[in-house]
Amino acid sequence: MLARYVVRRVFQLIPVLVLVSLAVFLLVRVIPGDPVLVMLGIDPDERARISEEQYRVLQHQIGLDQPIYVQYLNWADKIVHGDFGLSLASRRPIVDIIFERYPATLYLAGLALSLGLLIAIPAGVIAAVRQNTKIDYAAMGFALWGVAMPDFWFALMLMVLFSLKLGWLPSIGYASPFESPWLFLQHACLPAIVMGTELAAPLTRYIRAEMLDQLKQDYVRTAWAKGLPARMVIVKHALRNSLIAAVTVVGLQTARLLGGATIIETVFSWPGVGRLLIDGIYQRDYPIVQGVVLLIAMTYVFANLIVDVFYKWLDPRIKLE
Amino acid sequence: MKQEALPQAAWTAADRTSSGLSRFADAFRVIARNRLALLGLFIVAAGIFTAIFAPYLATHDPYEINIANRLQAPSLEHWLGTDFLGRDTYSRIVFGARTAFEIAAGAVFLGALFGVPLGAVAGFSGRWIDSIIMRFMDAIMAFPGRLLAIALVASAGGGFASLYIALGLSAIPSNARIVRSAVLAQKEREYVEAARMSGESDFTILFLQVLPNCLSPLLVRLSLEFAHAILAESSLSFLGLGLPPPTPSWGLMLKEVTPFLQLQPLAAFFPGLTISVVILGFNLLGDGLRDIFDPRQYER
Repeated sequence: MLARYVVRRVFQLIPVLVLVSLAVFLLVRVIPGDPVLVMLGIDPDERARISEEQYRVLQHQIGLDQPIYVQYLNWADKIVHGDFGLSLASRRPIVDIIFERYPATLYLAGLALSLGLLIAIPAGVIAAVRQNTKIDYAAMGFALWGVAMPDFWFALMLMVLFSLKLGWLPSIGYASPFESPWLFLQHACLPAIVMGTELAAPLTRYIRAEMLDQLKQDYVRTAWAKGLPARMVIVKHALRNSLIAAVTVVGLQTARLLGGATIIETVFSWPGVGRLLIDGIYQRDYPIVQGVVLLIAMTYVFANLIVDVFYKWLDPRIKLE
Repeated sequence: MKQEALPQAAWTAADRTSSGLSRFADAFRVIARNRLALLGLFIVAAGIFTAIFAPYLATHDPYEINIANRLQAPSLEHWLGTDFLGRDTYSRIVFGARTAFEIAAGAVFLGALFGVPLGAVAGFSGRWIDSIIMRFMDAIMAFPGRLLAIALVASAGGGFASLYIALGLSAIPSNARIVRSAVLAQKEREYVEAARMSGESDFTILFLQVLPNCLSPLLVRLSLEFAHAILAESSLSFLGLGLPPPTPSWGLMLKEVTPFLQLQPLAAFFPGLTISVVILGFNLLGDGLRDIFDPRQYER
């Protein structure tokens, strides 16, 4: 059953991947102006300085003289072989640049994920067990406010408090966790809090709702009735089943984190892929933009697949659509 | 994942009603009893009111520059202080409501205009039409969070028109999915069979009989969609990819005063607080609506 489901899902992915790549390919065509100049990073004012002949040569070099579907196929063929082209700004292969930036995104995502789970699981469980008490209201207040607050504003406010006023933490920058772990933690602290909160807020609510649901189930009543200690009932029984349901939420959130938190990385000058994208946009380095957008979308599509399969495997009763 | 819907089962399950009276009269009564939803309704109403009557509520011209008065703290003259050009923060926030609601309304409208018929047709006709439409929706959804909007405005440029399109396009798939699953559930009902027997065309059945019955989950979705659009607009403007200066946009206001955080953090505090409160309002209203229409509706 599971194998059949996986095969079906993978087949469904093929048209999606084609459409996604087509969208990313067409993205640079939406840019106002001559695509040849755009893709070569030539200022439209300098167009006059290029002779018609040179222009044709350039156009031919980047394959823009061919029909658009041939251009797409050539481009897709290169992508499949791991060739994302060269960055306009640095003239280096985009794949290399992305690989350089990826670790920073990965470390931050890992830290934010751990922090988010560390907040959300206890908060959700306690809120459910102590439903309609002050603790519950506090947890729900946190959940509602955490979802509503724009992450970039939260980031700025933390920066004001902890960097500018108290001077405890650096406001921007990065250090490698292997070379100087302490410095890394100092730099990663604020962005991880922001991203962790973004993850924890909806998750707390989700876990609370799931727990409330589970605590009403017959098997929990049986567990109480046979005299199991509260911790066993709550943690071993109810929480375990609640977490199965939370897998989807956590999985999708993780996929998002892996895509790089564009705004947060930009605010904290964190050298990950999210900031690479924004910098690429600022510098009009469209091949970089194309590459990163494609990479993030692909990561997300595959993460989605993995989450769904994992979920189905955890809980075979689930009928996934 | 900011506005992703979460299950509400236990949140205010007590507020369920199922009388035969008009659903909307019911809805209003339940909102009135659910304090959080009422708060949401109040915030949203206040936001709309501010957007409409901005010129009467503002104390200053939101564009008036006065360098001598830059980055002031709140005072009787400038209720929420001034920004880096000495413009009145309160008046800019008031006019910013106009910007935010205009963009959000446009984006939500576009998202519904395309999303609803697509989802309805997909759900109603099934099989290959369904597959084709939903694969397109999946492809749009493959761009997580703000990525699609960022990518679109990065290539098409900022400004009102491209924000409508970028944010509207991102909203299409979720509308389509909601409507599709609602239509799927309605399709098997007897009244559809009856309409078919009496020779009604598929078009009439779908758009005049089935779709009106799918409005409640859609309404919940649209409320959350509004919050999403407001957040997305301010995010993009904060990155400098959305609205150009000197438009009074909450996100842009934050971006503009970020270099002066040390000098006057309050100039950044108020615009962000406004965004948070407005989004909270739409989320609470959406939650309240969900409790009314379907307390047990789970969506992924």
